[in-house]
Amino acid sequence: MSFYNEMFGDDGNARLCYFKYLEWLNAPEQKNLIKRKEEAENVFRRTGITFNVYSEKEETEKLIPFDLIPRILTGDEWKIIQRGVEQRVKAINSFLWDIYHHQEIIKAGIIPRSLIEQNEAFLPEMIGFTPPSGIYTHIAGIDLVRTSEKEFFVLEDNVRTPSGVSYMIENRETMYNMFPELFSKIKVRSVTEYPAKLLKALKASSPQLLNDSTVAVLTPGMYNSAYFEHSFLADQMGVELVESQDLQIIDGRVAMRTTQGFKIIDVLYRRVDDMFLDPLSFNENSALGVPGIMDVYKSGSITIANAPGTGIADDKAIYSYIPEIIRFYTGQKALLKNVETWLCGNKEHLQYVLENMSSLVVKEVHGSGGYGMLIGPAASKQELSAFKRKLVRNPANYIAQPTLSLSTVPVLKKSGLAPRHVDLRPFALVSRDNVFVTAGGLTRVALKKGSLVVNSSQGGGTKDTWILETN
Amino acid sequence: MLGRNAAGIYWMFRYLERCENNARLLRAGLRISMTQYDHASQDWESVLMATSIKTLFDKIYNECNSSSVINFILREKENPSSVISSIDKARQNARMIRTVLTKEVFESINEIYFNLKRLLKRPVTEQSLPKTIDIIQRQSALVRGCLHGTMLRNDVYDFARLGTFVERADNTARILDMKYHILLPAVSYVGSSVDISQWENILRSVSAYQSYKWLNENELNPQGICNYLILDDRLPRSLNFCSKNISLNLKSLSQSYNTSFCSVKMSSGQSLYLKQLGIEEIFKNGLHEFLSTFLVKLNSISNQIEKDFRFYK
Repeated sequence: MSFYNEMFGDDGNARLCYFKYLEWLNAPEQKNLIKRKEEAENVFRRTGITFNVYSEKEETEKLIPFDLIPRILTGDEWKIIQRGVEQRVKAINSFLWDIYHHQEIIKAGIIPRSLIEQNEAFLPEMIGFTPPSGIYTHIAGIDLVRTSEKEFFVLEDNVRTPSGVSYMIENRETMYNMFPELFSKIKVRSVTEYPAKLLKALKASSPQLLNDSTVAVLTPGMYNSAYFEHSFLADQMGVELVESQDLQIIDGRVAMRTTQGFKIIDVLYRRVDDMFLDPLSFNENSALGVPGIMDVYKSGSITIANAPGTGIADDKAIYSYIPEIIRFYTGQKALLKNVETWLCGNKEHLQYVLENMSSLVVKEVHGSGGYGMLIGPAASKQELSAFKRKLVRNPANYIAQPTLSLSTVPVLKKSGLAPRHVDLRPFALVSRDNVFVTAGGLTRVALKKGSLVVNSSQGGGTKDTWILETN
Repeated sequence: MLGRNAAGIYWMFRYLERCENNARLLRAGLRISMTQYDHASQDWESVLMATSIKTLFDKIYNECNSSSVINFILREKENPSSVISSIDKARQNARMIRTVLTKEVFESINEIYFNLKRLLKRPVTEQSLPKTIDIIQRQSALVRGCLHGTMLRNDVYDFARLGTFVERADNTARILDMKYHILLPAVSYVGSSVDISQWENILRSVSAYQSYKWLNENELNPQGICNYLILDDRLPRSLNFCSKNISLNLKSLSQSYNTSFCSVKMSSGQSLYLKQLGIEEIFKNGLHEFLSTFLVKLNSISNQIEKDFRFYK
């Protein structure tokens, strides 16, 4: 299989958008660039950009490896992504409203009823309810892969509580600090306005239209693996970072305990999953949520972002319907392609998957983080037959996709540059009348040679992602 | 400001102060063991008593010598007040409340945590103790410097200062009380032939030796030293200085919140009392009695702060 190398063409010559960067990289001053890797790691450690890993012994804090070579996209390439993400996120919001109201898309025979109503991400509590401002997914992250110069595929939509945006910003911050000269030489679009835009989008969705609204970020606590991001966003927005123990329902409103008494919250950006949000409505053992918050929500007194129940739109089984969802609600053809997907719950699809497993990627419908998936071409005979047995036992739990030829961007090794596979997660913010996509995103890179798995839990790293001012 | 964040910054600075006090205590202990050859192990034991966890020490170690005491105070994870435990808790609190800390303050506490963790990985010998103590003191000075240089003078700052002064007053009072037990079993012993180097040690363990000499021309006597450590409002570790600042910070909170609090009344009463007190009176009624009452009052002020500012649910 041949892969699209984003830095060098097949003839070995650098692509235009990397010209200036390579001029810098090939200068004698950068001969020992690899040594500065440690410098970057120290910045991350000092800033506390770590995630917790729990083993039997004790808690350890790990860094997601950061590669010093940026991934560069031109303004034109970005336009393809930006328009596609906008279109997709708008359609997903329309879909969510419809699915919790009239369910026209089911009535039109486009999506089978069973796929929605038997899905655990579908929340009957949300039926007939319209969130303040009518928005379901305020913050979305769309995972893309590139296969050729102009072709981007959507691998996955994240419209529940997408994470990674703090890495987008801190990776850039680190690059600014380490290589200031690069940014005066190459005009790169800024990502730093994201927190301000996020705050604006959250405030705009407040149920209180007249007064200045109070926004807070809800975190499961400092032992959560994304805790850094939660505190980073609260800090950057200048709002309180609250935990379950800070919150209480007072006179039908959600309030936080401050040094001066209780203060009402109008908009809660929650980084706690649906099932843990309200022990009275969902998982009764949850200590991470606020008992009674769903009642406050349904009385229209608080905005919860993202809305409960949005998970029905980014489910791996619904994913394959997104092109039709886009056509149904916008009347347009999807700008970003979907990866062809076989739903193993379907008999014909299952047959195909069993026959062609060695060339497919098979994933669990509710899986994430790269766990529990099979990459056919990389699997041994034993692994294939073991996975087949698992698959046949519970076919509806799996989907399959062709193994894509993911593009590569070089990473810095002791021996020089070495191509590695990458994906891209751009972040979208939704307000009543527009969708804003930050010019950039989180590039994840598989650090193992030949590996197609970019997840940090599986040894993936990240890169700074540059969108050029020029086309 | 969230009540939980107020608790977080208060405790972050209490633990940071505790960490530094431990280091200072060890420095004094080392000094004594180098100058007093006769009862070195006894002196190390006296260091231990200042931390008021001798019982825990006896549970873990068989012998009381320089190496066991040094490691108990610096590295022992079972010891909730050891340097490593204190810095761990200070940093945990910092992580919990990093949204109210400047980048400089957070990064400095994060840095001290990593440095001390590395530094204290292996047992610390008497030989490497001075260097280790130096690093602890410098690193904690760095955090304090970042606090002063970068934080807004608002409620967050007041809670940070409150934590510092409550812990510091507690520490100075305990050190004095501990030495009192060893040195002055009865009031009549005042001025008798007590080992003056023990008193020197007290001064060193609260970083007051040098300044005491500036003020008193090297005249070391128990009453003068007690007067200095309890009543002199110029010395940043004296009970009077700490009480005055607890009261000032609480008044500042009361002003910015435009509310009168119980803890304000309690602390200003305490501060006023110390201001008017003379050392003769303290000695007449008993130093130990005075210190015990002081610690009880300090503790109740701390409890009242927790209530007044809704630290906990």
